[in-house]
Amino acid sequence: MRSGAKCTIDALKDAGVKTLFGLPGGTVLDLFDELARAPLEFFLVRHEQGATHMADGYARATGKPGCCIVTSGPGATNAVTGLATANMDGIPVVCIAGQVPSHMIGNDAFQEADTVGITRAVTKHNYLVKNVDDLPRIIAEAFEIATTGRPGPVLVDIPKDIQRQTTSATFSGKPERRGYKPVYEGNSRQIAKLAAAINASRKPVILAGAGVIAAGASAELATLARKAKIPVTTTLLGLGGFPDTDPLALRMPGMHGSVAANRAISTCDLLISVGARFDDRVTGKVSEFAPNAIIAHIDIDPSAIAKSVRVDIPVVGHAKSILKELIPQIETQARKEWLTQVHGWQKEAPFIYDTREPRILAQYAIEQIYEVTKGDAIITTDVGQHQMWAAHFFKYTQPRSFISSGGLGTMGFGLPAAIGAKAGCRDRNVIAISGDGSIQMNFQELVVAVEHDLPIVVVIMNNGYLGMVRQWQEMFYKKEYSAVRLDQNLRARNEKLRDKPPGYLPDFVKMAEAHGAAGLRVAEKREVAPALRKALAMKRPVVIECITKPDDNVYPMVPPGASLSEMVQGLA
Amino acid sequence: MSNNTSIRRHTITALVDNEPGVLSRVVGLISGRGYNIESLNVGPTQDPTISRMTMQVPGDDRVLEQVTKQLNKQVDVISVTDLTRESFLNRECILVKIAATRKNRSEIIELADVFGGKVVSVQNDSMVIQLVGEQQHVADFLKLVAPFKILDVSRSGVIAMGKE
Repeated sequence: MRSGAKCTIDALKDAGVKTLFGLPGGTVLDLFDELARAPLEFFLVRHEQGATHMADGYARATGKPGCCIVTSGPGATNAVTGLATANMDGIPVVCIAGQVPSHMIGNDAFQEADTVGITRAVTKHNYLVKNVDDLPRIIAEAFEIATTGRPGPVLVDIPKDIQRQTTSATFSGKPERRGYKPVYEGNSRQIAKLAAAINASRKPVILAGAGVIAAGASAELATLARKAKIPVTTTLLGLGGFPDTDPLALRMPGMHGSVAANRAISTCDLLISVGARFDDRVTGKVSEFAPNAIIAHIDIDPSAIAKSVRVDIPVVGHAKSILKELIPQIETQARKEWLTQVHGWQKEAPFIYDTREPRILAQYAIEQIYEVTKGDAIITTDVGQHQMWAAHFFKYTQPRSFISSGGLGTMGFGLPAAIGAKAGCRDRNVIAISGDGSIQMNFQELVVAVEHDLPIVVVIMNNGYLGMVRQWQEMFYKKEYSAVRLDQNLRARNEKLRDKPPGYLPDFVKMAEAHGAAGLRVAEKREVAPALRKALAMKRPVVIECITKPDDNVYPMVPPGASLSEMVQGLA
Repeated sequence: MSNNTSIRRHTITALVDNEPGVLSRVVGLISGRGYNIESLNVGPTQDPTISRMTMQVPGDDRVLEQVTKQLNKQVDVISVTDLTRESFLNRECILVKIAATRKNRSEIIELADVFGGKVVSVQNDSMVIQLVGEQQHVADFLKLVAPFKILDVSRSGVIAMGKE
C-alpha cells in the first residue's frame, strides 16, 4: 500500500522526471514530504509563475517534459500565466497542484480556488483527482497527453486527503483514451499530392514552424530544402529548425520578418508550411497572404488546418514521418531563376541597424553575443523589441537554441526559462536576453540560479522604455507616449507623480548583487564584448546591463492589418 | 472575411466521456467565442460511460467548423458531428402550462390532439400539455396556444440524430 503522495512521486519517476520546479504550501505538504526522500533534483522557486516558466524552458531546451508542483489557491493561480504560455506554444509541461481536502471543495476554504475551472482554457487537459486509486493512471496519462500530438501543458489537481489516503493501485503500460488518438502517419495520397505540387512548382517556399523542432524533423527539413532547392523561412518559434546560415535561409517572416521572407511568401506559387500555425503576426492581412500560392499545410493538429488561411493540400501528421515519406518522391532541382530572385532580396535587404550610432544599440549588443559565443548558446528572451532583435541578429543553427514566448508573448518568461534550460543542459552556454521592462516581472528567480550554481548570463537591454509599446505609440498613436517611460522624463500625463522620480530605477547591478549574482553595467559599445567574455568566464550567474539608445525601432515592420507586401523599412 | 460566410443555426452533437468537467469544457469553448448556446441536451448513451451532447448554436459556418475541430481536439470528447451538413432527425419535448377555464378547456384539448400532444394535468384554472415533435412542430403549437395565455414552458432542448 502506498499513499497518494507516494503514488504521485513514484509516477513522476516512472515518467522519467529527474528535475522538478516548485514551491510548497499547505495542500502539498504530503507531496513535499515524499519529495524530500525522492531521487529528483528540486528547484525551489520564489513565485509559482517562475516554476511554470522553468519547467517550460527545461522542456524547450531538452525536448523532455517539464514538471512543476504548486500549492492550491494562489499557488495554482500564480501558475496560470506559465500554463497559458506553454499552451499557446505547444510545450509539454505537467503541473501538479495541491487542492483543499475533498470535503472542503466548494466551501470557500482557505487557499481554495477552482483550479481545474480556471486552468481549463489554458491547458491541453486537466484533472481533479477524486479517488486515490486513479492517481497512478492519471499521472501516466498526464505525461502521455502532454508529450504526444501537439504537445501542451497538463494540470493534475490533487486534494490533500487524496494525497494521504493509501491504495494498492498501480499502473503500467501505455495509457489509452478513446477520445485521444493523435495522428502521426500522414495520408499517403496527400503526401503524393504535395510531392507532385513541389515537383511542378517554379517558386516554392517552405514555412517552418515550431512543429519541426517538436518533431525533431530538422534534418529531414534540410534534406528536402537542399534537394529541391526550396528557400526556407522559419517562424519565431521555428528558429533553429533550419540553419540561419544556410544560403536557402530566408530568416523570419511576418510583422518583423525579413524582406526576403515576406517577398518570397508574397511571390511564391507554392507555400509548404511545416508545423507552423499561421499566427496573425506571421500572416499579416490574411486575404492577401501568399496570394499566388497553392498552400500546403503539414500539421499534427487537425484544428490548426485552415484555421486562419485557406489550405489547398492539408497533411495531418507528424512532421518527421511525413517529410521522410515525402523526400524520395521529390525531384532534385536547381531552380536557378527563383533562387537568383531570392538571393537578390537577401542581399538587397538583410537585417540591418545603424552601425554609425555611437551609443549601444540592442542590435549591436546581440550581434556581439553571437560573435563572442560563436553562435553556440541557448538564447532565451523576454517579449518586446529585444525579442525581435534577438531573432534578427543572432543566427540560430541548432534546434532548441532559441527559447521565447511566441504565442502568449509573456514578459517575465526569459529569466526563469533560462534557468530551466540550464538545469536541463548544463554543458551549454545559456543567455537570457531581456529588456528593462520584462526583466522586472520575474527578477526574483535569479536567486534560484545562484543557489543551484547555474551560470546563466542575463543581458538586459535598458532603454528606459517599454520599447515595443513606445514604437507603436510613435508609429500609430501620433507620438502620444502614454505610460511607456520607465524613468523620469516623458511620463504619461495622468500619472500625477508628486516629485520627479529618480532618472534611473532600479539599479540592476545592485539588484544582481543583492540576489547573489554578479552585476556588470556597460554604457559604451567597446565595453560590450569584453563584458560578455568576462561574464562567460566567471562561471556564475551574471547580469549585464547595457544602457542602450532610448528610442529605436524594430524594422522592417508590417503595420498591423497590412499585407506582407507593405513593409516599412527603417534605414533606406 | 465574414462577408462570404453565412450565419445559421447549427445542430452539433458530440459523444463525450461521462465525467465531470466535460460539459464545462465543451460549453466554455463555444461561449468563449461569444456564441450563445440556444439549446443543450446531455444524457448517457447505451454505454453508460459515454454521454451524448446535442447543442444548437446560431453562428458563422466557418467559425463553427473551427469550433467543431477544437471540440474534437479535447481529450474527453470522443467524436463531434455538425449535423447541419447532413440529413438528420430532431425532436424536442415540452411541457406547457396554459391558463384554461371550463369554457375554453375543450378547445385547447382539441388543439393538443391535432398536434399529437397529451394532457398530463388539469387544474381549476390551468392545464399542462406534453408535446413531443420536431422543433418546428413544437414552435407551431406554442404559437397557436399563445392567445390562451401560456403560464410556463419547460423544454427538453433539441435532441438529434443523423439518419444514416
